[in-house]
Amino acid sequence: MKINAKKINKLAIGTIWALVSVVVLILIFLLGYILVTGLSDISWKFLTSTSSSISAGGGIRDQLFNSVYLLVLTIIISLPISLGAGIYLAEYAKDNWITTLIKTAIEVLSSLPSIVVGLFGYLILVIKFQLDYSILSGAIALTIFNLPLLTRSVEDSIEEVPKLQREAGLSLGLSKSKTIVGVVLPLAIPGIITGVILSSGRIFGEAAALIYTAGQSAPIVSYTDWNPFSPSSFLNPMRPAETLAVHIWKLNTEGIVPDAHIVSSGASAVLIIVILIFNLSSRFFGNWAYRKMTGTTRKKRG
Amino acid sequence: MTQPDYNLDQHQIIVPPGEIALETKDVNVFYGKKQATFDTSLAFPRFKISALIGASGSGKSTFLRCLNRMNDGVATVTGAIMYRDVNINQKKLNVYVLRKNIGMVFQHPNPFAKTIRENIQFALKKHGVKDQTVLDQRVEQSLRAAALWDEVKDKLDTSALELSGGQAQRLCIARSIAMQPDILLLDEPASALDPISTAKIEETLLELKQKYTIIIVTHNMQQAARVSDYTAFFHLGHVMEYKKTADIFTRPQVKATEDYISGNFG
Repeated sequence: MKINAKKINKLAIGTIWALVSVVVLILIFLLGYILVTGLSDISWKFLTSTSSSISAGGGIRDQLFNSVYLLVLTIIISLPISLGAGIYLAEYAKDNWITTLIKTAIEVLSSLPSIVVGLFGYLILVIKFQLDYSILSGAIALTIFNLPLLTRSVEDSIEEVPKLQREAGLSLGLSKSKTIVGVVLPLAIPGIITGVILSSGRIFGEAAALIYTAGQSAPIVSYTDWNPFSPSSFLNPMRPAETLAVHIWKLNTEGIVPDAHIVSSGASAVLIIVILIFNLSSRFFGNWAYRKMTGTTRKKRG
Repeated sequence: MTQPDYNLDQHQIIVPPGEIALETKDVNVFYGKKQATFDTSLAFPRFKISALIGASGSGKSTFLRCLNRMNDGVATVTGAIMYRDVNINQKKLNVYVLRKNIGMVFQHPNPFAKTIRENIQFALKKHGVKDQTVLDQRVEQSLRAAALWDEVKDKLDTSALELSGGQAQRLCIARSIAMQPDILLLDEPASALDPISTAKIEETLLELKQKYTIIIVTHNMQQAARVSDYTAFFHLGHVMEYKKTADIFTRPQVKATEDYISGNFG
C-alpha cells in the first residue's frame, strides 16, 4: 500500500500545532487568571503603603522594594563571578576531565531545588556566619541559585562570537586577553545582557531560597535614610527583608489578615507583571546593546 | 577522478635569487599524530608575491599559518622558520611582536564589529600608539594602500559590518598594513568574493608588493598566474615544485604539477 506523504505531513503538523497550543493555553490561562483576579486589587495606595499583619488594607511597598533591592545585590555579586567563570570556560578551559567536572558541577548546581539552597543558606550564612536573616544572606543564597544559569549564558554568548573575530585580533599581534576584552566581549555583551535580564525574572519570583535566609519579616524602614550602615535605613543590607514572593507564600499559608486573599492576588499580579516586563524587555535591551556596540542592527542568524 | 600515485620524493625546489624575507627549513606540522606537511623548505624573496597552490587538504593553508605562528595551540610545528636571522618557530619568541611584522588576511573577511576607523586604529592603540595625528595618518595611508580610501573616506565612522564583502576584505588588508608589517600572509583572500572584487584585490596586491613581501595561498590557478612571481605547488603535504611562476605554468617539470595545472585532478 502506498502511504500518502501529504497526509502524513498534515497529520504531523497538526500534532505539533496541538502540542504547542497546549503549552500556550496553559500559559494564557495562568497569566489570565492571575491578572484577572489581581489587577482590580492593585492601586497606587496598594503599591505605596506598608503591609499589615492584623488588619485589612495592607499594601506591599516594602516587599516590592525588598525584591528589587535583593535583585540588584544578587546581580552585583553574581555577575562578576559568572563573567569570570564564563570567560574561563569559553576561552581558556582545555577540553579535559577537569573542565568536564566543572561543567557537570554547574549543571548539578543549576538543578538543586531552591528550598535546599535556602536551607543550606540558613545553616551556613544565617547560623554559622551569623549574618542572621538579612538581605545579604538572601542575596548570597540567590547568587548560589543564579550562578549556574548566568555562567551558562555568559559562556554561550561568548562562544557564539565567530572564531574569525579572535583570529583577526590575534593576527594583529594582540594578546589573547586583549582580544577577548576588546573584540570578543563587546560582541557577547548583548547576549549577556539578555541573560542577566532573564535570570533577573527568575530571581525576582524566587521564594523558597529566601524564606530562611532573607527572612519573613518586613521591618518598617526609612526611605530617607541613605546611610547603608544605619539600622533603620532602607539600604541596610543586614536587615531582614521579606520579598514579594515570600509575602505571597506567607499570606497563603499563615496569613491572618482578613483580606489575605485580596492582598495575595494583588501581589501576585504585580509579581507577574514585573517578570513579564523583564522577559519582554530582554530582547529589546539585547538588540539595543548590539547597536551600541557595533553601530549596526543585529542580523538574523543562520 | 582518482589521483595517480606520484613519487612524493621527486621534487624540484629552487632558491630564488636576491634578498630572502622568510625561509623555512624542514617544517613539519602535526595535528595530533596526523602529519599535515612534510619537510617543507621554501625561501620567499623580498618584495615579491609568492603563491602557494594545491588541492584542498594539500597543506598549503596549514603551512601558511605556521609563518606567523597562528598554529600555536592548534598544531605542533617542528623545523626552523628563519626571519631576520632568528628562528621564529621557538617557544620563547614574542609572537605578538612577530605578528605585527608578519600580518595575515583570512579567507572570509573578518572586520571587527566596530567603525571603519576603529577597525584600523584599535590594534594600533592596543600596541601603544596614542598620538591622534599618527592614528589618523595610518587610517588614511592604509586605506589608500588597500584602494579603499575613495569608497569609505566619507563614512569612516559607520560600522564596518555594512561594507560589501570585497570592501570588507580590503579593509582587513588595510588593517594589517596599518601595523606596518614586513610580510603579508593571505589565506585565499578572494575565494569568498565575486570576480570584480577579486580583480580589485589582485590589483591591490600588485601595488602592495612594492613595499611588502606577500605570500598568498590560493586554489585559483589563474590568480596565482596573474599576480605571483614565484609559485609553490603542494601535494599531500609535500612541496612538489617551487620556481618562477612563469616557469611552473609553462614548463612544469614534475608530473604531479603538470597534471594539477592542466586540470587532471584537484
